[in-house]
Amino acid sequence: MTSRAAATAVPRARRGSHPARIPVTVSAALLLGAMVLAVAIGPVREPLGSVVGTVLAHLPLIGYHTSTTPLDQAIVWDLRLPRVALAALVGAMLSAGGASYQGVFRNSLADPYLLGAAAGAGLGATIAIVAGGRGSLVLPAAAFAGAVVAVTMTYVVAAAGAGRSAGYAIVVAGIAVTGMFTAVQTYLQQQNTDEIRQIYNWLLGSFSVATWADVRLVLPYLAVSAGVLLAHRRILDVLRVGPDEAGALGIHPERTRLIIVGAATLGTAAAVSVSGLIGFVGVIVPHAVRLLAGASYRIVLPVSMLGGAAFMVLADLLARTVQSPTELPIGVVTAAIGAPFFLFVLRSRRTRQGVL
Amino acid sequence: MLKNSRLAVALATAGIAVSAALAGCSSSGGNGAGPSTVVTSGGHSAAAFPVTIDAANGSVTLDRQPSAIVSLSPTATEMLFAIGAGDQVKAVDKNSDYPAEAPKTDLDAYQLNAEAVAGYRPDLIISAGLTPAQMKQLTALHIPVLDEPAAQNLDGTYDQLAQLGQATGHEDEAAAEVTDLKAQIAQVTKTVAASGPHSYYYELDQTYYSVTSTGTFIGQVLATLGLHSIADAAKGAAASGGYPQLSQEYILNSDPDYVFLADTKCCKQTPESVAKRPGWPKMSAVQDGRIVALDDDIASRWGPRIVDLMKTVAQAIQEHPTA
Repeated sequence: MTSRAAATAVPRARRGSHPARIPVTVSAALLLGAMVLAVAIGPVREPLGSVVGTVLAHLPLIGYHTSTTPLDQAIVWDLRLPRVALAALVGAMLSAGGASYQGVFRNSLADPYLLGAAAGAGLGATIAIVAGGRGSLVLPAAAFAGAVVAVTMTYVVAAAGAGRSAGYAIVVAGIAVTGMFTAVQTYLQQQNTDEIRQIYNWLLGSFSVATWADVRLVLPYLAVSAGVLLAHRRILDVLRVGPDEAGALGIHPERTRLIIVGAATLGTAAAVSVSGLIGFVGVIVPHAVRLLAGASYRIVLPVSMLGGAAFMVLADLLARTVQSPTELPIGVVTAAIGAPFFLFVLRSRRTRQGVL
Repeated sequence: MLKNSRLAVALATAGIAVSAALAGCSSSGGNGAGPSTVVTSGGHSAAAFPVTIDAANGSVTLDRQPSAIVSLSPTATEMLFAIGAGDQVKAVDKNSDYPAEAPKTDLDAYQLNAEAVAGYRPDLIISAGLTPAQMKQLTALHIPVLDEPAAQNLDGTYDQLAQLGQATGHEDEAAAEVTDLKAQIAQVTKTVAASGPHSYYYELDQTYYSVTSTGTFIGQVLATLGLHSIADAAKGAAASGGYPQLSQEYILNSDPDYVFLADTKCCKQTPESVAKRPGWPKMSAVQDGRIVALDDDIASRWGPRIVDLMKTVAQAIQEHPTA
């Protein structure tokens, strides 16, 4: 929603010549279709009429009454819808985060976990599980804190290597911080075999326990993060060319990088805190958008958000229906689709230089 | 790429120990061994309802006698059928393989899909160690959930039987089952009482995860037969939550009196295959045939069949005494 508003806010859109208009419309339609499909299908067969009736009955100001049983209403409204909404939000955020990191670090393999967000969140979540925090808010809070701490550490460690090589120093520091946090996390996990399944499931990522409370919990962070990133889409286009060119245009590369990375990290941490670690989305979605729609960040950012949301909704639909009633970890689905696609992108990059 | 290797490490570590977790994970929360709130009434009938049960997930109130129970716990399934509540069970999870007449489904308690559970229209869900998030989701469906996580000891088993009796309107049968179990266990214990303390190595999987005598349900059950685990003396065993990973050198050096294999199903281990492991034939338990194959499923549950496992162990001790 944020992206559509922002896309139309681009002045030139009014003159009807904005290059993002068609891809944004198409990806928005794709997302809408994916969401309708995902709400309609599930392990329990719910007639389309009762699905629509349930949704209408829960919307405010309509006053619609449905004859669907309370349990069937709960299945649609309390289990399926929050799941679809959360998948869309997380998919949009990881894709936007990945796209931004790729631009800021001029590295096409960058994903939102590059600076240690995943390892930090993993350690935070593991500590929460091992410590036996029973509240349903403890785990997301710990994962969020872990991600923010890890990325902050990466930044502080790399601060010494400022200047032209700052981007490089940050990436290397991210690798070191990731390694360290992962080591501690693995140690804790090995010491607490009782909780290993819970930790393991969290690491693989899932929307199987999504509730409306999770949606409400992350929405503010994602809105702020997405807004900041979208506002920087033109600057990302300049940074993509190089820090010198950015400087020549009066953009302060380091400060801008800090803002963009900060926003992307905040959003990624919020996403990870409610979904666990879901790989590949942040890498493959922006690349797919570049291949299909163009490399300008005025296209890549909004279309990655909408397309990433649609991709995640569909991946989650597969995760809960392929082996129904058993859940498949969504990380398995995104990786199974993502890995081959990733190889394809790498291959085509060799022949078509300059995709990024 | 980096995240790949990170995940790979995590997966490998998790995979290694999943069987350990399976073999008797005690949830971090309550232990079902709390004070039993069951008061035996004159008879069991729907008249006893509504009942309130003080379970691991708080107090659970059932307005009517449940007639469509979904059990997500193999142990609870065994208990329900043992106390005569089998007819009220509508669906059980895919690991609930005993008794044979249990209505087994594809429901997976570990990769739980709440919608699929709701699809059975249950009036009571019985689980074993749900996460807070799963619990919150099931609560949204307004279906009562009775959580009966892994018992810490035999008293925990008795308490859970009593709770399930109360929840299903079979209090008398549950009480009788507990009395019978206690009598059988006393009988088994007597047969090996004279044979003195023995040490053992208890094998959960092929990476030598084991159990301690005090920190685990199975360890405490074996302790009633005068057995103590070699893992008790292992450094870090207590910190591991009772399931330490032992090195082969430590196992061989400890030279336990008995070797118990709780990986006969999962990992196809037999006394013969153990005897073929490099170095293991040097152990006296291997030389003198004191390797006991156990049923993984019974060994990892805390239900009424635990007495069968105790009988197997007691029989092995009698047939293959230490020199």
